[in-house]
Amino acid sequence: MNQSHSPLHDLTLAELAARLRAREVSAVETAEHFLARAKSHASLGAYLALDQEVTLAQARAADARLAAGTAGPLEGVPLAHKDIFVTKDFPSTAGSKMLEGYRSPFDATVVRKLAEAGAVTLGKLNCDEFAMGSANENSAYHPARNPWDVTRIPGGSSGGSAAAVAARLAPAVTGTDTGGSIRQPASFCGITGIKPTYGRASRYGMIAFASSLDQAGPMARTAEDCALLLSAMCGPDPDRDSTSLDVPAEDFSRSLNDSLEGLRIGIPKEFFGDGLSSDVRTAVDAALKAYEQLGARLVEISLPRTELSIPVYYIIAPAEASSNLSRFDGVKFGHRAKEYTDLVDMYKKTRAEGFGDEVKRRIMIGAYVLSHGYYDAYYLQAQKIRRMIADDFQQAFQLCDVIAGPVAPTVAWKLGGHAKDPLADYLADIFTLPASLAGLPGMSVPAGFGDDGMPVGLQLIGNYFSEAKLLNAAHRLQQVTDFHARKPQGI
Amino acid sequence: MSLTPHDIARIANLARLALQPDESERLRTQINGFFGMVEAMRAVDTTGVEPLAHPVAVIQDVSLRLRDDIVSEPNQREANQRSAPAVERGLFLVPKVIE
Repeated sequence: MNQSHSPLHDLTLAELAARLRAREVSAVETAEHFLARAKSHASLGAYLALDQEVTLAQARAADARLAAGTAGPLEGVPLAHKDIFVTKDFPSTAGSKMLEGYRSPFDATVVRKLAEAGAVTLGKLNCDEFAMGSANENSAYHPARNPWDVTRIPGGSSGGSAAAVAARLAPAVTGTDTGGSIRQPASFCGITGIKPTYGRASRYGMIAFASSLDQAGPMARTAEDCALLLSAMCGPDPDRDSTSLDVPAEDFSRSLNDSLEGLRIGIPKEFFGDGLSSDVRTAVDAALKAYEQLGARLVEISLPRTELSIPVYYIIAPAEASSNLSRFDGVKFGHRAKEYTDLVDMYKKTRAEGFGDEVKRRIMIGAYVLSHGYYDAYYLQAQKIRRMIADDFQQAFQLCDVIAGPVAPTVAWKLGGHAKDPLADYLADIFTLPASLAGLPGMSVPAGFGDDGMPVGLQLIGNYFSEAKLLNAAHRLQQVTDFHARKPQGI
Repeated sequence: MSLTPHDIARIANLARLALQPDESERLRTQINGFFGMVEAMRAVDTTGVEPLAHPVAVIQDVSLRLRDDIVSEPNQREANQRSAPAVERGLFLVPKVIE
């Protein structure tokens, strides 16, 4: 089939943007096409909110700008946002009953920047409650399903985002990554996703989970599409986000086609131990082989504190979460309990009713490790080891240009598979947590398929501000492999 | 280390969570399991290591900015109160706190 006759949902974001610019298709037609797909695939549970009227109004405005010759770089391209970003025109729930029906008075900076580039919003995407989870099963509304096998989880916390891209219900989407929440679902759903350096993308309007870790990033089928979106999402936000870095926006597409000749790829031996299942290892090894054929050289490195990243992360993130989530008290927004005796009772009942089990568990852990007498032993100790972990990466980058390994120890598991043991989810985050703690950019690139035909992602980790290099490495792999272009059955 | 039901009650109060008895007990078991996993971290020698708050501080100075102390926000009371559980005449309502 000739590309120009491909259905709209099979086009990449870059192809779609080009056809919109050439006015071969209108933004309204495109939006209608994807809205219809979102509805006919509703059983995947990818979306939490759609609003045809809002989407089509944005699409008409995009068509007007395309006609007037004032189009932005993403004019008319439909995107969907993880429901952790607040939006004026759609409800914003963070996957929680606490925020059911909540309407934000403003758009998150990332949402605003993408709209300014011309993007049209299709809707809001399912996620784990307040982004806490690795399977999307902690959504207070409904689970999301993996398009490659609907009896399996899509990963989390950006599970709805990954499912939507894999099922071609949106050409690309936003996600957020605190401990792996872009990379792991991207890996499980066979798509491409990147988390930039901490501080690159504004956190303003991203409902806060763990502020020293949360970062926004794009998820799409190709590295080229991720580069396009990331270029529009990043940039300083000095008045709105105090941790946003004073680093100018970049064209992350600029070096996509650079040669990988001589690239030194560091292979952390701790990522290839007994915990790694053999099907994932086989796919990752094949991708590394492909890199060697592209001229890269593999170098063994060590990240000796990989295992420690689990307790360190699961102290820091809940501590910050317990502080961030104190704002949900039933006074200014969100749920309020119906019956209570006094103000404190109202707080307690409101929070008990509004939060799900995992959120309560993390708030309790966080409140404990921050409480008097325990702060030094837990939170401060974790922050010190966090520095040691970040220093380990700087040592490693003396020997290599990028680091590669698995994203997760296994392929996506069955829905309900970890229900009895929440700690099993924590342990499965082992390979994504180190880069999160160090604030480094990281991505997942489709690397093949493991047991039962489930997708496997290759994780690439770069030094600070090296997103363009990571995207270059991912793009070159995608030119010699076709895993990113394959479709789940029935899609 | 093992948390007692009394510890759980104390933390739940700090966290402003009204927990049902079976919920408290389940959480106690899970949190004790969690702290078992954290023990490895406590044994690490961190003498002389500075805690890391902003990760990019590993390679460069990162100082928290202060913006100028000027009014920059427009009044959006209506929009801000649109999702409030109880408001009256532009005020947020809470149960009486002074008898």
